[in-house]
Amino acid sequence: MRHILSVTVNNQPAVLARISGLFSRRNFNILSLNVGETELPEYSRMTIVVQGNTDTLEQVKKQLYKLIDVIKITELNQSNMIERDMAIIKVNCGKNQRSQVIQAVDVFRGKVVDFSLDTITVEITGDENKINAFIEIMKDFGIKEVVRTGIVALDREMNNNVLTNS
Amino acid sequence: MPIHSGARIFVESLLREKVEVVFGYPGGKVIPLYDELYDAPIKHILVRHEQGAAHAADGYARSTGKVGVCIATSGPGATNLVTGLATAYMDSVPVVAFTGQAPTSLIGTDSFQEIDIRGITLPVTKHNYLVTNVKDLAKTIKEAFYIARTGRPGPVLVDLPVDVLKSHADFMYPQSVNLPGYQPTYEGNYVQIKLAAEAINTSERPVIFAGGGVINSNASEQLTNMAIKGRIPVVTSLMGLGTFPEDHELSLKMLGMHGTIYANYAISEADLIIGIGVRFDDRVTGKLETFAPYAKIIHIDIDPAEVNKNVKVDIPIVGNAKNVLDKLIPLIKTIERKEWLEKIKEWKRRFPLNYEYDDNSIKPQYLIEKLDELCDENTVIVTEVGQNQMWAAQYFHFSKPRSFITSGGLGTMGYGLPASMGVQVGNPDKTVINISGDGSFQMNLQELATISSNRLPVKIIILNNGTLGMVRQWQELFFDERYSSTILENPDFVKLAQAYGIKSLRIDQSNDVEMALKEVLNYNGPVLLDVIIPQDENVFPMVPEGASINEMLELKKKKREKEKQGEVA
Repeated sequence: MRHILSVTVNNQPAVLARISGLFSRRNFNILSLNVGETELPEYSRMTIVVQGNTDTLEQVKKQLYKLIDVIKITELNQSNMIERDMAIIKVNCGKNQRSQVIQAVDVFRGKVVDFSLDTITVEITGDENKINAFIEIMKDFGIKEVVRTGIVALDREMNNNVLTNS
Repeated sequence: MPIHSGARIFVESLLREKVEVVFGYPGGKVIPLYDELYDAPIKHILVRHEQGAAHAADGYARSTGKVGVCIATSGPGATNLVTGLATAYMDSVPVVAFTGQAPTSLIGTDSFQEIDIRGITLPVTKHNYLVTNVKDLAKTIKEAFYIARTGRPGPVLVDLPVDVLKSHADFMYPQSVNLPGYQPTYEGNYVQIKLAAEAINTSERPVIFAGGGVINSNASEQLTNMAIKGRIPVVTSLMGLGTFPEDHELSLKMLGMHGTIYANYAISEADLIIGIGVRFDDRVTGKLETFAPYAKIIHIDIDPAEVNKNVKVDIPIVGNAKNVLDKLIPLIKTIERKEWLEKIKEWKRRFPLNYEYDDNSIKPQYLIEKLDELCDENTVIVTEVGQNQMWAAQYFHFSKPRSFITSGGLGTMGYGLPASMGVQVGNPDKTVINISGDGSFQMNLQELATISSNRLPVKIIILNNGTLGMVRQWQELFFDERYSSTILENPDFVKLAQAYGIKSLRIDQSNDVEMALKEVLNYNGPVLLDVIIPQDENVFPMVPEGASINEMLELKKKKREKEKQGEVA
């Protein structure tokens, strides 16, 4: 089972090491982890995707809370979150295929960000499934390189997760 | 606001935290700090290895309830603390460690004696710091002590680059801390407490399972009151020894791998377990699937992460044990529980701790029984790890908290000797006895020098069987008596102690035990007693690893098996 946690932490050196170290030490299966500054520069927000049953999830949350640098943990689920993954994909693409690729990009609301004589590079954002589907289609043309951000996600209810500067 | 150097701020901050003694070892990066300590009204105990400093600070903390402090220089000095910090971490002991560090300008360049001690100690400290600006120093020290002693206690490390110690800042020690991510829960939820009371009052076969958290929260009195009021028998973990008087009829002593048979039977047949400040360690539960099969479980603990970590809990109460028990006790009814207590009494009668006395050698159990007879309440037993530790836990009667100091969670050989220094420094009026094995003793024996030069009157008793006894025992029982690398060739411990200027004697006959112990206990100074014990003496009862806790190997069974084998041969 996949669980998505939005974790507010102090924006300080070694905090990422504390969190990733906790996951490896306790043998928690981590699928992706994203960090970035929040609206308040003293805090960062991490989106952590964890694999495990509900008992594991309970331990993950409790162990995270034990870290002094963890301020707040929100568990997100499909119904209450906005989830985005982003990929940049470089596809083999000669002149003859260019229009087909661009068509596919349009359908998926992606963006062409670069092309050369025999490649085209596309940016696409969306949830994980959409990105996976798009990558599947691009495989037909021959993918040269892919980079993905992993999931970033946020609670839908605006006021639920706003930090106060204490 | 006075302007001070970082080193001076360090000393001033320690004084604000009422630190009286520190254990440490100087080195290049902490010379400025040691220069300030030179004139400071803080006692510094110079150990002979940094691991000794960490264990001494730990022993000091466990025995006094105060925060223990240790100091090491950067690089190898800092890494030598790691085992001590891990030991304190596993047993929730409040220790603050200060380490020197390369100057901030050189951090990351692999400069001389530079090591990322913050990175190394991430998994073995409750929290840690690298101070990069002298302006943050006082605030950091305040937080370090606060974090170490509050909530579930634990070790905190503060890494101090040498230029931070040398540069100057305004000094003002903060009155309070601001840590939004750290809000320990001290008061148990009252609804949960009422549920727990109801479960206790309706249970027929309850057992209290008390651990180190009872000691950390000074809740022994409450625990005792609750057990007596509710007529509830008490088992303890290794860390919980001394929380409940072991001579009381409701005491079932320790449970688990080397616990008493009656404790393990009681847990196995209980319909309710009231876990207080325990973490249901695998050495206690044995095979989890068959642990306490008929019992509902109440779990009182300050650390929410301990709830449901190992065993499924029916009624969790997160809070400080003392606060929770204060609210719980008035709700407990006095119920006779005749049938249950009779059953336990019968188990106690049928399956007491036992060993075979021998006139021509010294059985370690006999020695510890004698020691127990000769010691008064003013005694603290500090052990090493292994057979010596288990015999001490089984055969000494602990009736007061903080009277048994041992490395439980990490099982650190070499803990006892340096820890006993810390205990003695923190308790100058108490009789501090280090019960040791010959293997463990040699892991930190350099601290004999510290004991000697500070004239710390520690009594060291080596149960000398010329082997790594507990490993040897496992090899005998589970590895076809293949004694791979467990037989030791030891130095003459008596001469060794004498070389350090420590009084020393050796015995190998039962008849000599009483006189030798009296001599040791009456001697006003450090003394080492080398006790030659049989090599093949084992710790019983024993739950084999991975077995259920009611499947114990006992002395008699073991003997019968041996006889059987003899017949077949």
